[in-house]
Amino acid sequence: MPYFNKILIANRGEIARRIIRTCNRLGIETVAVYSDADEDTPFVREASEAYSIGPSQASKSYLDINKILDVAKKSGAEAIHPGYGFLSENAKFAKSCEEAGITFIGPDADKIELMGDKIEARRHMKKAGVPVVPGWDGQLDSVEHAKEIANDLGYPLMLKASAGGGGIGMHVVQNEAELEKSFSSAKQTAGSSFGDDTVFLERFISKARHIEVQVIADNEGNTLHLFERECSIQRRNQKVVEESPSPFLNEKLRGQLCESAVKGVKEIGYTNAGTMEFIFDDDTGDYYFLEMNTRLQVEHPVTEEITGLDLVELQLRIAANQPLNITQDEVTKSGYAVEARLYAEDPETYFPSPGKLNTFKLPEELGRFDVAYEEGNTVSPFYDPMVGKIIVHGKDRNEVFDRLEEIIEQTEIEGIKTNLSLFKELVNESDFREGRYTTDYLQTRKQGKEEVK
Amino acid sequence: MSEIVSPLPGVFYRRPAPEKPLYVEEGKAVKAGDAVGLVEVMKSFQEIKAEADGVIKSIKVEDGDVVEAGQVIAELE
Repeated sequence: MPYFNKILIANRGEIARRIIRTCNRLGIETVAVYSDADEDTPFVREASEAYSIGPSQASKSYLDINKILDVAKKSGAEAIHPGYGFLSENAKFAKSCEEAGITFIGPDADKIELMGDKIEARRHMKKAGVPVVPGWDGQLDSVEHAKEIANDLGYPLMLKASAGGGGIGMHVVQNEAELEKSFSSAKQTAGSSFGDDTVFLERFISKARHIEVQVIADNEGNTLHLFERECSIQRRNQKVVEESPSPFLNEKLRGQLCESAVKGVKEIGYTNAGTMEFIFDDDTGDYYFLEMNTRLQVEHPVTEEITGLDLVELQLRIAANQPLNITQDEVTKSGYAVEARLYAEDPETYFPSPGKLNTFKLPEELGRFDVAYEEGNTVSPFYDPMVGKIIVHGKDRNEVFDRLEEIIEQTEIEGIKTNLSLFKELVNESDFREGRYTTDYLQTRKQGKEEVK
Repeated sequence: MSEIVSPLPGVFYRRPAPEKPLYVEEGKAVKAGDAVGLVEVMKSFQEIKAEADGVIKSIKVEDGDVVEAGQVIAELE
């Protein structure tokens, strides 16, 4: 039985193309929506049908719920895949789809809402017996109250917006004076960015590894993990390199981590694909739940490469109310996979570099390239700087990094700056190569380089 | 008279945040280095600064408008 006849993709770029590929294989028609800036990009042409939804600014196109639902109705799409970013974790959008009689390919709106509230998420995970970062889940009424709580918890601490996530709206506070300084601005930023000024305190883990677990759950209570992804190579709290398996975990710890993830997901009755993010304290080896992303992630391909599963197909299957056709024992991993995110930016300063891709040549036979653009396209200034992802799968870490290096050498990009050179450097650094790194790795190596200068 | 241009393409904003006051208004004096607006490029924000002292004669772009690299944001005299 086919999952759907026709679906709409409420996204752009590489993830829209990625979803189209699976739909083509399954014989599902696709409807693309695009802004002015994206008119000439590949996903618009590759979809079965494409509709303009207006201006380049995301707020006037990709984030406009009414426009997207209008196209869905007009085109006869039965379901909407939100991709990642944009409306993918917008509970109101998921609810609006439901009310319009269109299937939202993702979890139920109330689960998005629950996990979007970081304090509520912590409470539920605690209840499930999943370790959470030591912290305070209650209200922080005033700066005086925050100071009292902070003294009990001990510094350094992280002040976070409850409605935040993805590294936005976080302040590290080392002592009472810093807490006093950050408290009101953190509340204000939270209020203006997320429409909710609730903030909370967590212990700040200075030497941390970020490891996440991919989960998938159907509507009949089958909940599986698809192993972990190591995502500690980050710049400005944004991931740059992801790999699986994590070089840090042994089989015992991997088993515990994946079990914690499944326990947490079952506790809230979550369905469809999701990611449980954990932080590992490099000093103690303890791990804690950080947040859950209630959507497909950018880095899902590394999981696909090691498990041989198509995550978009699994999402479609569950959204079509069909049970998973695999069991936990049948989910196996093979070899090693890495993903390098190609960003249009200066590799040293991270300064954005939009512009025309005068040359864009990739050695297609050497890896998997999930990219938004082709030669001659303009990398738009309106959306995030990710041009695409280079994904390599091989028998072990060494083989994968050697191939990544070969890919970088054979890739030709002209017209914009990219961080391609960063990957070339990384694969030749012994700490990176041997998996000895924490989330401050890119920052620390940069400081090291500056001191040498 | 001199012109203040956007160094990058993106979306122009006249306020540092939605609930904050405007950076500058027409007729207001600015010093070299003062921010006159913000351009959002690839989800990061770059301040646009006056390069010389002067008075804002006119602002050529509305809040939330798309700008091209090199486009005139304001005229200074």
